[in-house]
This record gives sequence, C-alpha cells and structure tokens, in this order.
Amino acid sequence: MLDGLQEILFTLRQNKLRTLLTAFGVFWGIFMLILLLGAGRGMQNGIWQDFGSDVLDFFIVWTAETSVPYRGMASGRQITFTLADIEAVKQQVSGIRLISAERFAQNGNVNYGRKASNGQILGVPDEYFQVKDDVPFNFGRKVNPLDQDESRKVVLLGKAVADRLFAANEDPVGKEVRVKDVVMKVVGVFYDKGGRGQNSERVLMPISTMQKMYGGGEITDNIWVRPLPGVDPFELEKQVLEVLKRRHDVSPDDRRGINSFNMAMPAQSVNSLFVGITVFIWFVGLGTLMAGIVGISNIMIITVKERTKEIGVRKALGATPFSIVSTLLLESTLVTAVAGYIGLVCGVGLLELVSFTLRKAGVVLPYFLNPEVDFGVAITAIMLLVGVGVLAGLAPAVRAARITPIEAMRAE
Amino acid sequence: MITLHDIHKYYRTGDQPLHVLKGVDLHIREGELVAIMGSSGSGKSTLLNILGVLDSFDRGTYTLAGQAIGNLSETDSARLRNRLLGFVFQSFNLLPFKNAAENVALPLYYQGVGRKERNYRAEKFLDMVGLSDRKTFMPNQLSGGQKQRVAIARALVAGPKVILADEPTGALDSKTTQEIMALLKEIHSRGNTLIIVTHEQDVANQTERQIILKDGMVATSHTQPQAA
Ligand SMILES: Nc1ncnc2c1ncn2[C@@H]1O[C@H](COP(=O)(O)OP(=O)(O)OP(=O)(O)O)[C@@H](O)[C@H]1O
Ligand SMILES: [Mg+2]
Repeated sequence: MLDGLQEILFTLRQNKLRTLLTAFGVFWGIFMLILLLGAGRGMQNGIWQDFGSDVLDFFIVWTAETSVPYRGMASGRQITFTLADIEAVKQQVSGIRLISAERFAQNGNVNYGRKASNGQILGVPDEYFQVKDDVPFNFGRKVNPLDQDESRKVVLLGKAVADRLFAANEDPVGKEVRVKDVVMKVVGVFYDKGGRGQNSERVLMPISTMQKMYGGGEITDNIWVRPLPGVDPFELEKQVLEVLKRRHDVSPDDRRGINSFNMAMPAQSVNSLFVGITVFIWFVGLGTLMAGIVGISNIMIITVKERTKEIGVRKALGATPFSIVSTLLLESTLVTAVAGYIGLVCGVGLLELVSFTLRKAGVVLPYFLNPEVDFGVAITAIMLLVGVGVLAGLAPAVRAARITPIEAMRAE
Repeated sequence: MITLHDIHKYYRTGDQPLHVLKGVDLHIREGELVAIMGSSGSGKSTLLNILGVLDSFDRGTYTLAGQAIGNLSETDSARLRNRLLGFVFQSFNLLPFKNAAENVALPLYYQGVGRKERNYRAEKFLDMVGLSDRKTFMPNQLSGGQKQRVAIARALVAGPKVILADEPTGALDSKTTQEIMALLKEIHSRGNTLIIVTHEQDVANQTERQIILKDGMVATSHTQPQAA
C-alpha cells in the first residue's frame, strides 16, 4: 500500500505540469465557490442586520388625525388608542398570538449620580418583550407581570444609556437612577440593534408605572400584533384595523387616522431577494463546479490516453487490470482531494481575513457583514468534484486496463 | 513446456478479417532454445505474442507449463505473465521516466516484493548483464545495446520459465548483436526456455532449432546440426 503510494507520488512528480494543471483547476473551482458562498452569506447577514432585533412576523398599528370625514364628523380629528382597544381586539379577532401596547413619553433625562442621559422613554407591558423576541439581555431581567400589576418603579436601560451612566466595570442592575426626578431601580440592560443602534438609547418601564408618573390614563401610542403561526398576517391586519376603525368611528377608507405597517411586507421582499441571491450563488457555483469537473475529466482522459503504451508495458510485466485502474484512480483522487482541500483552506482563510480586517478597522459596509461559509456545503462540493472527476477518469482507465497488452503497447 | 495445436488468428481490420495464423502446431520442450523465422508479414510476431499471452487467438488450444490458455481473464493472464514469462522486445519498451534499476525492478513490484528486496535483486541482474555502472541511468542515457541489456535483466528478474524475444537484435549493429546473443545463450544455459523471433540467419544459426513460418503455418522445424 505504502509502496503503491510511493509509486503514485513518483508518477505525479514525473508529470509535474499535468499534475499542476489538474490541481489548479480543482483548487480554483473550490476557492471561487467558497468566496462566492461567503460573499453571499455576508450579504444576507448584512441585510438581516438592518432588520434590528424585532421578530419578523408582526405588524404595528398607530394613530394620527383622520383624513376623511365620517358619520358627520369632520376630518382632522386626532385618534388615540387606549388599553381598552387592545382588550376589544383580543376578544373580537381570532388568530392573534400576541398583542402589546407601547407608549412613548416625551424624551426625558435619566440621571445616575452626576451623569445624565437623554432619550426616549417608553412604557410597555411584559408582552412587549415577546414581540422583541431577539433582544439580547446582557444583564438582569425584563419587565415582568408583577412589575406591571404593582406599577413598580423599575426601568430597563438601553445599552447606550447604561454605557453613558455607568463605568465599564459597574453593574447597573440593582442601582437606583432618577427618571423625571423619580427614583427607579434598574432591573436590566438590553441591546436592540434596530434603527442602527438608536433603539438602544431607549429606557423602558412598565406601562402601568408610566401611567402613574405621566398621567394620561390608559393611552397607548402603538399596538403591536403577532399572528399565530399559519395565520395570514395581511388578513389579520385587515381584521384588526376593522375593529379599531369601528371603535373610533374612522372611515374604512381613511389611511391616516389609523395607520399600520406590516413587517410581512418587507420580509417578503427580503425573502425573495435572499432566494434571488441564493439561486444566483448556486447558479454561478454549480457553473464553477461543472467547469472544474469537465477540466478534471478531460485531464483524466488525456492522462490515460497518453499512458496507454506505459499501461501496455506494465501489463506485459504482470500488472493486473485492477492494479492499473486503482493506481490511476488513486492518483487522480489524491491530486483532486489535496488541491480541493487547499482551495477550501485558502478560501476560508481569505474570508476570515476580510472579516477580521473589517472588524478590526471598525468598517461597516452597507449590506455586508461576517462573510462565512457553510462547511458542509464546502465539503460536499469537494467530494462532488473529486468524485465526479474520478468517475470521469474511470471509463478510460477501465478501457485501457481491458485491452490486450500488445494493443496497448502499439499505441503511440 | 509449450504445446500449440491448430492455432488460428484473425485480425479484424477493414471489411474482411485477415487470417494470419492458419493452424499452427508446435511443441517446445522445457529448456529449449528455438528461433522463429519467416518472411516479413508471415505472422512471427503474432505467434510470439500469443505464446506470451499478450494477445488472444481465435481457434485451437495452447498449453503453457501444463496450464490451458484460452479463455483466461485479463487478471489471470497478467499473473501468468508475471510468474512464467519474460519479454524482450525489439523496441526495448523501457519506461522512459524510470532509471535502469527501477525498470528492472518493475515485475517484482507486481509480485508484491518489498522495495528493498526489489532493488537488491534488480541490481544483481544488472550486474549479470554487465551494467553495474549504469544502474541509475535513465533509458535515454543508454545505448541501444545497453537498453536491450536492461530489458533482458527485466525479463529475468522475476525468475520466469520462458523468455520470449521478438527481434531482440533487430535494432542493434552486428557487434552488439553478438554481445546480446552471447548473453541470451548464457541465460539459456542456466535452464531457461528461450524463444527468439528473428530474420537474421546468423542469429538463428546459434539456436538449437529453427521454426519457419510460411503462409500462417509451420513450414519446417528442423534441429540445427551444429547446435550451439
Ligand atoms: N494489429 C494488427 N491489425 C491488423 N493487422 C495486423 C496487426 N498486426 C499484424 N497484422 C498483420 O498480420 C500479418 C502478420 O504480422 P506480424 O507482425 O505477425 O508479422 P511478422 O512476421 O512479425 O513480420 P515482421 O518480420 O515484419 O515483423 C501482417 O500482414 C500484418 O499486416
Ligand atoms: Mg514482427
């Protein structure tokens, strides 16, 4: 076996140019494929990044002044939601998984000792965090139902706020800050990459607490809704709007008094964009692979042809068809596998380098983040390339091994 | 050692098969030194290739060392060639990218002999054919006579029973021809069966028996009066 391998390495060294050409074809195919896959993934990552931390199957409803006169009421009337609207929607519309209020107070100062941070202050119920499913909580906890029921004086700080108020080695959780001159206890810190990081400038408190501090009763600015799995988000949105418009006497044709935005819409177009990118990558990638395969096959066929005389001599001296075929196949497998592996390593290496450089330099490219490769796909590609290339060489090898030695030796 | 009975061989070229061997009957004893003669195109090489199990035949029976050759698989044929037969060709057929010793060692590789033992035996046989000082020369660095010596060493290295040589001196001058013939006779004197295809009477005269092919059949087969 080892002897056979030495024999093969000898032959490969003997045919340096051919070996190099084959190897380069495989190397290049895999290398390009990896870069392509990595770049595609980088684009996808970059686009997802822009979606922030919100889960992607919600819609949001808010109010403004009516734009159409209705039932004897003039246009220009300001509509305001209350928590009762949410209860009504819950009862009258089915297919809702989650529904949450979101109330904005005016921007206000948050103080800790002598440090201050100004930002948006929001009142939210605990359901809110199920809409913001993906928000990573670095420290502490979220608002819970007890905070809500007891209108506890607790706040969650956005990461940017916390960084401004607290030293790097200081744990904000448990500390007392002043919001609108009310002393409140920090129970958590969150990071929300939505709005390109602006959402992390926010401060959240239970909506019940906000009612006590700011008055205004049970008003809410936005209503967030998440459909149950399998429920058509656009149909649900329509039904929710119907209920709300009826409750507030807003014309069904009024698009401003009660307004909504359904995330399913951009998610849909982004999804089709992703499908487009993926199809493109596979198209080009498979093209590259095909080119590699054709190249390897050709070289295998030439190799066997060129060596027919040699094969004849070897057979005359006692080489069996099996030893001829297995030597040829082992030879090509060795070359393609090694070259493919090097291509893989170089491709992944280059991607890592790009990734690392971008991170290090703090460069944020639009629509490009963390290029990476699905290793399974890469390995599959190599195996495909090696397998098909070798199979392509199998036919001529078997033919050469089968003809009589004298015929083979006559070949020139 | 070798018995042929009614051997026929056709070449399928063009529209009509070419009937080259038309019923060859032949018996060669173990340890014999015979020459196969005949005019060009009479089928000498064809016959020798069949004897060497390098080519197939279409009809008749061939027994080599007690074994019926006829519908052997390529694998069995290869093993048989490796074990029983050694070849010397007019055009040497050395592998150009292997040096003299590596060429000689090749049959041993297919016998599964280890590298060290292979090299040892290959060098021994190169010594025997008088090429002690050319062991690592590549074929294109050797003269015709030297190449043929390498080929002879390669034919002998695996210890075959029968050596088949197709015009081994055909590409050599008369002085070198004499040297190669001396070497072949020495090999024969060690007990090998040796069959030489030639059209040189000088060469044929140095054998024990001349077999003359004519019209695809054995015309005469007479023992040399002055057998060497
Ligand atoms: N591969 C082949 N295909 C078709 N015809 C062939 C083939 N090999 C040989 N022949 C024909 O068979 C006949 C015998 O050829 P062979 O080579 O056996 O002759 P030979 O006696 O060795 O001649 P020479 O002395 O010239 O070497 C010739 O007529 C030749 O044309
Ligand atoms: Mg001939």
